[in-house]
Amino acid sequence: MIQAPELPLWAAIVVSLLILSGASLTLIGVIGLTRLKTFYERVHAPTLGATLGGVLICAGSMLCFAVLQTRVIAHEILLVGFVLITTPVTLILLVRAALYRDRAEDNPHVPPME
Amino acid sequence: MTAITNRVLKLVLPYPGLTLALILFWVLLHNSVSPLTLTGAVIIGLLAPWTLVPLKVPRIRIKSFTACVKLTGIVIYDIIRSNFAVAAIILSGKRRERSSGFVTIPLDLTHSHALAVLAIIITSTPGTLWAQHDVDTRRLLLHVFDLVDKTEWIDLVKRRYEPILKEIFE
Amino acid sequence: MSVLILGCALIAAQVMLSVAIVLAAWRVVHGPRAQDRVLGLDTLYVTALLLIVTFGIRTGSNFYFEAALVIALLGFTATVAMAKFLMRGEVIE
Repeated sequence: MIQAPELPLWAAIVVSLLILSGASLTLIGVIGLTRLKTFYERVHAPTLGATLGGVLICAGSMLCFAVLQTRVIAHEILLVGFVLITTPVTLILLVRAALYRDRAEDNPHVPPME
Repeated sequence: MTAITNRVLKLVLPYPGLTLALILFWVLLHNSVSPLTLTGAVIIGLLAPWTLVPLKVPRIRIKSFTACVKLTGIVIYDIIRSNFAVAAIILSGKRRERSSGFVTIPLDLTHSHALAVLAIIITSTPGTLWAQHDVDTRRLLLHVFDLVDKTEWIDLVKRRYEPILKEIFE
Repeated sequence: MSVLILGCALIAAQVMLSVAIVLAAWRVVHGPRAQDRVLGLDTLYVTALLLIVTFGIRTGSNFYFEAALVIALLGFTATVAMAKFLMRGEVIE
């Protein structure tokens, strides 16, 4: 009951390695999200999945479809580019919001406004 | 002759870079280079940039393309390296004393596009985070995940990224 | 043989990504503050997108790609709107 596309052996091994390493990096990032102590530490964790994790999984997908359909399938580049550019933007905005809220409440460990 | 073609080009294409990016985006989205897709791509690429004209978005002028390639290489290397560094720290748990904290860095960059690129680079590298930048005092507040030596991170931004961004944009 | 290797790798990757989604959801529920919940939701979006890409590899069809792209767009917009809400108390001023 294992469903997967028929690939040549070398391609299957390379795709498997890419997907497994990407998924484990993403998982490590999310483990960091649950285990780290403060909010500012936790913001660093999801970037693992959004950068190298995502790139590896999408590279695996690209290679798989390129071998399967014997033509270059490039639209995962779009996905990777989009995630790579938008995740930092959301994180910057989120940290700005968190800094603003922490300063408004005079929480310790937050540098004051310049 | 070239002056006239330049003026005509400027009249037709307000933002040539955006036109090129939109054509590439359209072709990648459809995943084909058939005449129909290309026609659609060119129409979108010619028309869509005009929506930015009333907003008066400044045009990007890239001074050096070799510096762009060099910067891309540096960023890819840094992202891969710090991915594994952060993963190792998360997996090692509490076995090692680790402190994270804020660093203030005085910046020389003033160009808004260069600052935007720097913000994206710093935040998408795991382990460093762009927290706040003050335009008047030109000071950047950076949050660092594994903070051992503050000067190391100041050096990273000042020596590694800032000169090359200046070369590209200013 | 190659189907077996790729199939096992896909199952392992999907289990890992599912665990990651559960952990991110735990952060959304647990908090403790609103910014933690938004961060958890953003992580959940990205991880779900990667899970859908692995489903696309398993079935060998291109249709999953479009779902992944929609999730990427929605996730970005939603998180930006929520971050803005946390800062100002309203989304559109």
